[in-house]
Amino acid sequence: MNDTDFLYDAPGPRTRRRILAASVLTGLALIASVVWIVLRLNDRGQFAAELWQPFRDPSVWTTILQGLGNTLKAAALAIVFAIALGALLAAGRLSDHKPVRWVANVVVEVFRAIPLLIMMIGLFAAFPESLGPLWSVVIALTVYNGSLLSEVFRAGVNGVPAGQREAAFALGLRKTQVMTLILLPQAIRTMLPVIISQCVVTLKDTALGRIVTYQELLLAGGTIEVTYQDYVPTTIVLAAIYVSLNMSVSGLAQLVQRWLSRPRKPVPAVAAESAA
Amino acid sequence: MGFLWDNHTVILDAFGEGLILSGWAALFALVVGTLLAVMRVSPVPPLRWAGTAYVSVLRNTPLVLCFMVFTSAIPHLGFTAEPLTWAIWALSAYTAAFVCEAVRAGIKSVPRGQAEAARAIGMTFGQSMRLVILPQALRAAVPPLGNTMIAMWKNSTVAAGFGVAEGAGALHDLLNDHADKIWTLFIGIAVGYMVVVFAISAVFRLIERTWRYA
Repeated sequence: MNDTDFLYDAPGPRTRRRILAASVLTGLALIASVVWIVLRLNDRGQFAAELWQPFRDPSVWTTILQGLGNTLKAAALAIVFAIALGALLAAGRLSDHKPVRWVANVVVEVFRAIPLLIMMIGLFAAFPESLGPLWSVVIALTVYNGSLLSEVFRAGVNGVPAGQREAAFALGLRKTQVMTLILLPQAIRTMLPVIISQCVVTLKDTALGRIVTYQELLLAGGTIEVTYQDYVPTTIVLAAIYVSLNMSVSGLAQLVQRWLSRPRKPVPAVAAESAA
Repeated sequence: MGFLWDNHTVILDAFGEGLILSGWAALFALVVGTLLAVMRVSPVPPLRWAGTAYVSVLRNTPLVLCFMVFTSAIPHLGFTAEPLTWAIWALSAYTAAFVCEAVRAGIKSVPRGQAEAARAIGMTFGQSMRLVILPQALRAAVPPLGNTMIAMWKNSTVAAGFGVAEGAGALHDLLNDHADKIWTLFIGIAVGYMVVVFAISAVFRLIERTWRYA
């Protein structure tokens, strides 16, 4: 059924009837609330053709697609830089030298605790000319996600069984060799799905750029709303775009996870023959 | 420092507003999130589907979009409220999805032998949930819930873009008049947020410690 079915016994005939009754009732209640929302939208004339008219205008779609492009651009830059910064900070936190560890830990703790938006507003106000909206968004996202990712990288490397590291040192590999040849290739397997789901978080957080006038998808949508006075339709379109984009990336993360945790050993030939 | 002291009423009022917003949102998100988690583990399929759909949509929605739904779409359907009320709605609706995931992970972390043993000694579903599963599940959920609450406090800054005068709004407004004091203001307000973050994390560590043996 699902992964929490250990909570109850396999249902008998009477419980099955009760579950069926409850399913019908809650199903009807859910359908009723959806119908109510649709009726309410209809009552307020939100399905009127005039309100949706702007979406037949190519220039509206140009605005939306430019916004989407800016969202993707900021997210892509931020992810790439954040992975680099995260690796650097993780290397610092795993270092053998105490002062390096200490500095990296303080940087991570501080930047994890400052709200992203405060960092964006601060950067934008401090360097309005040299950074502009795009780099204020990208730098704030990089510093924040880099701090989060350093924790992911560190946990990934520490999660490799201790015997791997000990065996590598016993073979006479150096510190850097142990890290790059033995620990990192194994740690990547646990880290990759987390890195991809962090992409979703970053995609969502680029929307904060709206407040520092970065022309991303939601700010573009905001101008359409104000121009055409079609608040509800625009919100529905924006939500559809954003949610489907993020769900595809989340789906990718799940696929990668399943691919990485697939059975590693081929089925022995003997077993395959006897099954046939 | 002098500049921050001169404006301390503005800044403190702003943090007060942010704390009111986060406090109500924490309450609603914890209640709704726990209900969603119960829905997602219930034996009734439509409830499970509804819970799953809610969580997967909200987790893939930017908080800014969630605020736009409550401040620009819903008012056009004939509902009216203060900006702070809409902000509480938006932040609670968003955070509830993450609370649900934390609680559900807690339920999943309880060894299955616990539920089986509870049934074997004749407990009903309600008894086994109440006396065996949930007490262990909630303990396991305390650290992730702490992280969720910290994220929510930092997320409350988004309300600044939607008519609530909290910390980020105060930073924005004060910068308009005193652009030369940018570093003082930025560091002052960032430290304010960090203090609250460390306070929330201390409270959750305390809860974790006191609940360890019960």
